[in-house]
Amino acid sequence: MLMLSILTLAAVLIPIGNIVVPESSGFHVSTYTMTLLGKYLCYALLAVAVDLVWGYLGILSLGHGAFFALGGYSMGMYLMRQIGDRGVYGHPLLPDFMVFLNWEKLPWFWHGFDSFWFAMLMVVLVPGLLALIFGWFAFRSRVTGVYLSIMTQAMTYALLLAFFRNEMGFGGNNGLTDFKDILGFPLQADTTRVGLFIASAVALGFGYLSCLYITRSRLGRLCRAIRDQEDRTRFIGYRVENAKLWIFTFSAMLAGIAGALYVPQVGIINPGEFAPLVSIEIIIWVAVGGRATLYGAVAGALMVNYSKSFLTAAMPDAWLFALGALFVLVTLLLPRGVVGLFTRKQ
Amino acid sequence: MSKLHSALRRDQVFDFLAPDIPPDLDLTRGMILYLEGITVSFDGFKAIDDLNLYIENGELRCIIGPNGAGKTTMMDIITGKTRPDSGSAWFGQNINLLKMDEPEIAEAGIGRKFQKPTVFESHSLTENLELAMAGDKRIWKVLTSELHSEQQDRIHEVLKIIGLAEQYKEFAGSLSHGQKQWLEIGMLLMQNPKLLLVDEPAAGMTHQEMDRTAELLTSLAGDHSVVVVEHDMDFVRSIAGKVTVLHQGSVLAEGTMDEVQNDKRVIEVYLGE
Repeated sequence: MLMLSILTLAAVLIPIGNIVVPESSGFHVSTYTMTLLGKYLCYALLAVAVDLVWGYLGILSLGHGAFFALGGYSMGMYLMRQIGDRGVYGHPLLPDFMVFLNWEKLPWFWHGFDSFWFAMLMVVLVPGLLALIFGWFAFRSRVTGVYLSIMTQAMTYALLLAFFRNEMGFGGNNGLTDFKDILGFPLQADTTRVGLFIASAVALGFGYLSCLYITRSRLGRLCRAIRDQEDRTRFIGYRVENAKLWIFTFSAMLAGIAGALYVPQVGIINPGEFAPLVSIEIIIWVAVGGRATLYGAVAGALMVNYSKSFLTAAMPDAWLFALGALFVLVTLLLPRGVVGLFTRKQ
Repeated sequence: MSKLHSALRRDQVFDFLAPDIPPDLDLTRGMILYLEGITVSFDGFKAIDDLNLYIENGELRCIIGPNGAGKTTMMDIITGKTRPDSGSAWFGQNINLLKMDEPEIAEAGIGRKFQKPTVFESHSLTENLELAMAGDKRIWKVLTSELHSEQQDRIHEVLKIIGLAEQYKEFAGSLSHGQKQWLEIGMLLMQNPKLLLVDEPAAGMTHQEMDRTAELLTSLAGDHSVVVVEHDMDFVRSIAGKVTVLHQGSVLAEGTMDEVQNDKRVIEVYLGE
């Protein structure tokens, strides 16, 4: 509840600090800071999604970045279609990169993305469907542990390679960018940024609450039981593969929503988001914050990303070393993460 | 054309959509478990070799045998973990165990306790029993269901049966080895099984704990059929009506403890060693 109060407070105060408080005041929040925080909120939602499958269900997914990126691409496609004829080449229908590649028609999978609601549906459906198909095969054949982790890693890497190709029709290695506006509001305007920030906070709140509901239900207790003693749950009559499949799919959908809110705030989505390293970083956020607590995942995502923003500006070369050291230290010294310092052992 | 017609009928669902509900357990012949001609081999080694075993309804049966006699493999077959190469396994008159997987078999009424006590250590005792409770175990139902008072009473009752009523709030991980064994038996009871398979319930127990376990298992027989696999001869003597000796994957002898102990072949392979 503390977590939600802070979030609500942030969702109210930060936009006020940006719009109402004059720039001369010390309490003014710059648009840059607010957008940065909005980005962190998207990361936090992604971390919550990973915590649900890793912390509670024991599935170490090293491919959640893929679901995040797919949600991001769905949003990116909508934003591209919004550009209309204002692109560099001024084509009324085709995004710039397609004109550049001498394409004559819009590929079939780009149709429908001019509608906001269709795109929002795809934001959850595409990652959800991928998770459903992947999970259906993986969990039914009882792949667990490190093998499953490697498969998730391979999945995101395969997508990385595919999205790098121009023929895929997603802008190749440049990805999708040059966005102009969302729902008719210019993306560069402060008020739009405020809207996106609030949307991110609401999405995080929604994701957090729904995960909280799941983890506190009997299904949540079942998840932890599966994590600790998978065979036992099977012999008392639970379909372990179904539980895993639905939780994994739900988590992928949350990751997709996070990606969709991330893209308009950073202004670009490219195949780099599919890189295995990105997915591993998410695991580090959760591990640093504290597994199986949800609020720990949020705290971890915020802390690590804040240090990242700070360190990559102050000492660009040191960041990766710091990240590695952080992971090693947390694993060795704080197996229950930073929040484990403040909660008594059960 | 008639095929198409029948496919379009609205008064019935397609076969593949119809839920695959196993028939109710039929115990009219008084037998709860039939294993006939079961053979399993792992990499050429015959773990189970033409095994025939029949368990009566309400019986308490002990299965003994040296290491590698196939006791645990037999349990794996009954609970759907391992598929035999040949043979048949029937639960009652009408439930074919070889066509079902673990959750279906559990649902049909066979509960299993593992050799090593397996309980959910980061859950409280109450939560352990709640998870094991018989009921609709589909995901959506599990997400939305809450304990109602009848179920709480049942949990309390089982906690009393296994003698852990006072520790109901504690985490299962904090229990002693013997208490974990009891909790696991309690979890079986929550499933409302007709047949309990209990693998080495007395392993690592003190004598007092063993006596209580023997009492517990004897009290369960009658309402349930209980199959106990055990190494400890004293323990077996204290509970068994009928004993089956397994050796190299098949039944070597069957009878009361005295009969079995005086059987020459049994003495040779097992008791006399």
